[in-house]
Amino acid sequence: MDEQFTLEQVSSVEWALPRTGEMHVPGRIIADPGTIEQLKADIEEGKEWNALRQVRNVACLPGIVTAALALPDVHPGYGFPIGGVAAFGLDTGVVALGGIGFDINCGVRMLATPLSRDQLAGKSTKLADDLFRSVPAGLGSEGEFRLSIREIDQLLQAGARFAVERGYGTEEDLAYIEGNGQLAGADPATVSERAKQRQFRQVGTLGSGNHYVEVQVVEQVLDKPAAAAYGLWEDQIVISIHTGSRALGHQIGQDYLPIMEGASRRYNIPIRERELVCAPIESEEGKRYLSAVSCGANCAFANRQVIAHLVRGSFNHVLGLPDKQVHTVYEVGHNNAKIEGHTVAGRPQMLLVHRKGATRAFASGSDEVPTRYRPVGHPIFVGGTMGTASYVMRGTKIGMEKTFGSGIHGAGRGMSRKKAAKRFWGEDVKKALEKAGIIIRSHSMRGVAEEAPGAYKDVERVVNAATASGINRTVARLRPLIVIKG
Amino acid sequence: MPQFFPSHWGKAVPFEYLDHTADIGIRGIGKTVEEAFCAAARAVFNLMVDIDQVVPAQRIDVEVTASRLDLLLVEWLGGLISQGDISGIVPSQFAVKIVHQEDLLNLQGTGWGEPLDPKRHRIKLEVKGATYSGLRVSRLPEKWIAQCIVDI
Repeated sequence: MDEQFTLEQVSSVEWALPRTGEMHVPGRIIADPGTIEQLKADIEEGKEWNALRQVRNVACLPGIVTAALALPDVHPGYGFPIGGVAAFGLDTGVVALGGIGFDINCGVRMLATPLSRDQLAGKSTKLADDLFRSVPAGLGSEGEFRLSIREIDQLLQAGARFAVERGYGTEEDLAYIEGNGQLAGADPATVSERAKQRQFRQVGTLGSGNHYVEVQVVEQVLDKPAAAAYGLWEDQIVISIHTGSRALGHQIGQDYLPIMEGASRRYNIPIRERELVCAPIESEEGKRYLSAVSCGANCAFANRQVIAHLVRGSFNHVLGLPDKQVHTVYEVGHNNAKIEGHTVAGRPQMLLVHRKGATRAFASGSDEVPTRYRPVGHPIFVGGTMGTASYVMRGTKIGMEKTFGSGIHGAGRGMSRKKAAKRFWGEDVKKALEKAGIIIRSHSMRGVAEEAPGAYKDVERVVNAATASGINRTVARLRPLIVIKG
Repeated sequence: MPQFFPSHWGKAVPFEYLDHTADIGIRGIGKTVEEAFCAAARAVFNLMVDIDQVVPAQRIDVEVTASRLDLLLVEWLGGLISQGDISGIVPSQFAVKIVHQEDLLNLQGTGWGEPLDPKRHRIKLEVKGATYSGLRVSRLPEKWIAQCIVDI
């Protein structure tokens, strides 16, 4: 391999990839030393999918400001690293397809109940079965909605509100979703008929792969003031919903790949990896793509809103818990590009911030944080595995400065699906987890094998690196009790 | 759609899977590029169900064009996946014809299958589409290969 990547260590968990060649800015990677070694080994072994090369390629895109960033859960993605963050000036910058990815606005909604763990005793299995029945999941599953094209268009514009207006959840939910669950500028005319047709039966479905609904217990509160602000306490039962824009989001990505490829050529932007194609933000192609992305994001908001309602229904059926006692803690996406105000080199400016496998994590005081959370910043959710802890964290002022207010999103896979399916047997994984008190319900035992805890990296490593760098702070550690998978 | 496609192509053609951290790679292998494209399609739908359990009773037709063979593969697989998604049909056998049309390549293809039935089909993963990552269509000394990463 003739590629040279010389990383300069800046702190115990921060590395700089100095600006060389066609890079407009340096790269900056926040990660534990083990992850850095893995990234270097990928280069030395000449691996085709390589996150360091992707960081460098992002740093070469026009109009990028400060640095091409990678957060502690970094691994190779489609042209743009997972765990990648990149911000662009609105007048000189680009929107990059790989920086948003195919599952537009995939994210996590957390719901909090007033129940403690002992109140679930003897009812866990019934609750798991009810959730598994009521939340459509897995290949070929269908949601309750049957929408006309006109209604799909309304959904793409209205986001979570579309679901709330049809009785799925409440106005209060909307106040606790990033951007109130609706991105502006979503013109359904920018989304193909095929993408809309793929959404017909998928409104409020979970999908498969790494998506889940988890019933969790708050095992430990690590930041009392923040946990109190979020309404979280030790031993409390909470629910996390992880899903995105389903096939519609994927189709938007597919449809815009050739358009963005054409734009890259038209505006003389070298294509360094096929999915890193891009268009100037102010170009016609860029505007149309961003509008389609807003539609995809709104689709994801609506999906999670519907699923949240279905989850409430199960808690109501099985435990008699009224819907209004299950509150939305927050919902935050981790595949998106958003126009935000940030201060760069002491100067406030508007930027298009791409976050691929990274969440927004705005600190205390930000106008875009719900009023109740403003003293501490909004929560972010870091998914573990079916068998290990997940974390609630929050944004910090350091994160606002270093990462445009961004946070980590999960443990990240350590083993390929192919290897995991060979090494683990779904039924064995399920039994082992049930012995540990975790109930698994899945439509696919092959899926359970691929998602086995052993196929993922250690979430603690990722969380510790984020904490050590100061970009995010831990608020609470959660343990899974019930896991619903596609 | 022409009727002369040899529908038996689907069963014999081999495929394999490739490592990728987050998703999974598929590779179809065939004596001709068309066979490799059919095998690649079998690899994709075998990720979703055990395709040997699927009766080839109903058809999905796909017609796509592209400037190169590798791009044509992404279009072919993407077309099948999205049409399967919309119709609820999972195909298990395939036939493909590729012709040159001036500067472009035109593919007319068909997938035969049936509506997904969780009672009869072993459900595996949902595949949302084909990607340009790991994309390669090549003629080797004795065979053609057609491969890419698919989005799970």
